[in-house]
Amino acid sequence: MNAKRTDFIATVVIDLIVASVVGILFFLLAYILTAGLPHVSWSFLTGATDAFSGAGGIGVQLFNSFYLLLLTMLISVPISLGAGIYLAEYAKDNWRTSLIRSAIEVLSSLPSVVVGLFGFLLFVVKFKIGFSVISGSIALTFFNLPLLTRNIEESLSAVSRSQREAGLSLGLSKWKTELGIILPVALPGIVTGIVLSAGRVFGEAAALIYTAGQSAPVTNFADWNPMDPASPLNPFRPAETLAVHIWKVNTEGLASNAAALSAAASAVLIIAVLLFNLGARLLGNYLYRRVTASK
Amino acid sequence: MEQTNSQLKNQDTQSHEWDTRLHHATKATHEDWIGRGISYFCIGIIILVVASMLWFITSKGIATFTQNHVSLWKFLSGTNWAPDQGKIGALPMILGSFAVTFAAAIVATPFALGTAIFMTEISPNRGRKFLQPVIELLVGIPSVVYGFIGLAVVVPFMRHLVGGSGFGIISATFVLFVMVLPTITSMTVDSLRAVPRFYKEASLALGATRWQTVSRVILRSATSGILTAIIFGMARAFGEALAVQMVIGNAAIMPKNLISPASTLTSQLTTGIGDTIDGTLPNNALWSLALILLLMSLFFNALVRFIAKRGQLKHER
Repeated sequence: MNAKRTDFIATVVIDLIVASVVGILFFLLAYILTAGLPHVSWSFLTGATDAFSGAGGIGVQLFNSFYLLLLTMLISVPISLGAGIYLAEYAKDNWRTSLIRSAIEVLSSLPSVVVGLFGFLLFVVKFKIGFSVISGSIALTFFNLPLLTRNIEESLSAVSRSQREAGLSLGLSKWKTELGIILPVALPGIVTGIVLSAGRVFGEAAALIYTAGQSAPVTNFADWNPMDPASPLNPFRPAETLAVHIWKVNTEGLASNAAALSAAASAVLIIAVLLFNLGARLLGNYLYRRVTASK
Repeated sequence: MEQTNSQLKNQDTQSHEWDTRLHHATKATHEDWIGRGISYFCIGIIILVVASMLWFITSKGIATFTQNHVSLWKFLSGTNWAPDQGKIGALPMILGSFAVTFAAAIVATPFALGTAIFMTEISPNRGRKFLQPVIELLVGIPSVVYGFIGLAVVVPFMRHLVGGSGFGIISATFVLFVMVLPTITSMTVDSLRAVPRFYKEASLALGATRWQTVSRVILRSATSGILTAIIFGMARAFGEALAVQMVIGNAAIMPKNLISPASTLTSQLTTGIGDTIDGTLPNNALWSLALILLLMSLFFNALVRFIAKRGQLKHER
């Protein structure tokens, strides 16, 4: 009887805990969406920001976020693909490999503010590039590489050995086997990982404050020449992203409607991240069906 | 005679061909060399990044002690942080960081354990279909959004509840609790799922209730995994910058209680590094704070390894 009562109490307590965790999430989402969405409008999404107070629209910040994301992915996907193939295919089981693995682990466990400071030190202080899109996207690459590499390695290693043996027995090189046979099979997992990491990169701010900078100079969206200083594509201009903008509006608090402003910006950010998460799942499933020809 | 000669010649060219085929690399081998080169290059970049990161931050971080000749002990135990006046006691920030980290872990662990037990033992079906997405969503929310909600909800709430400004360690703990909860939960779920089925079956067959099975068999055999999960959560809390910085109040003074403004290593770094000039003592002192962050992150890493090794040994025995 006693044991049964304890069991009952424990079950009730656990149920309450789960209910409160679910409640926290729903509260968070409901709060951001109800506080933020009423302020989201087309002019807010595309409008210019007041450079002094930070009030106004988030058009430039939104563009910066996507541009930084694109550049980060362009740099980090090929590198982590190569590194993932190395770990899955070429790495032998010895001390050197375990050293490499622990280096990747260390990189992934470093706080993002430390990664950002390293980027600041390297690009802004040493190379004197200044706060710029390119500094920011390389800092984000440092932050993104370990997770993406591990994800790609896991997806590649999960492909069955017989597929590898089939390729090698046809006389293909290891490299060709990996690119032509293993990679397509592992693609759904890899793509899911890439899109998920895109969501993480999109919301990252600590690594960007001192690399991409905290200002969004007015850019001329009619000018698409990357070499022009006023062009939105110029990789050497400072670029405050949406996440950095939320932080800045909240900490400096110069805008009179800071709370409404950052609620709206947070709502946009959350929706973007949710879309990334959903997109990762849908795209992964779609590719899986295409590759395996299963329903 | 002539015939044999041409035969010999023929043989000669044939053997020559075989010679090139056998002794020189094929197309596939060439491809493999190129592929190997590319993948070695990529892994090389990662190694280079890690090595230079460790090197740069360490060399910047020790400049306070080697160039400005501040004693390490004074830096670690000093309680007065006023770098402009040459006073760099980092203890307030160190204490602040440890306080929020431990407090967040202590609050989050029961919630994470409860959720994980629910997901694996009580209702695996609902756990997978419903709670898994909940946890993933919580992981996905960016840290500035957590900071904003902390600022808009938690800080005013604490102000109402206990008075004062509302900024402080307790508000930071609240925010970090929600942030580390999904990390600890999902890793605990993994370690609970890794417990062999027959442990549970044996316990239930002995007549143990579900709670007895969970608390005395499953949790116990998953201890090392759960500890690893908690340490990962603590590492995340220790390194979190913006969300904490937004709610803790950023006063570099010794934390007297949980409800007055304090600061952490990360909050001091984010607010300070832009305002100081490279190479000066205030700047070097901030890099020393970054070095402490780096060393703590390495320490958490080593701790995880140590626990994993111990756990393995126990299972093998």
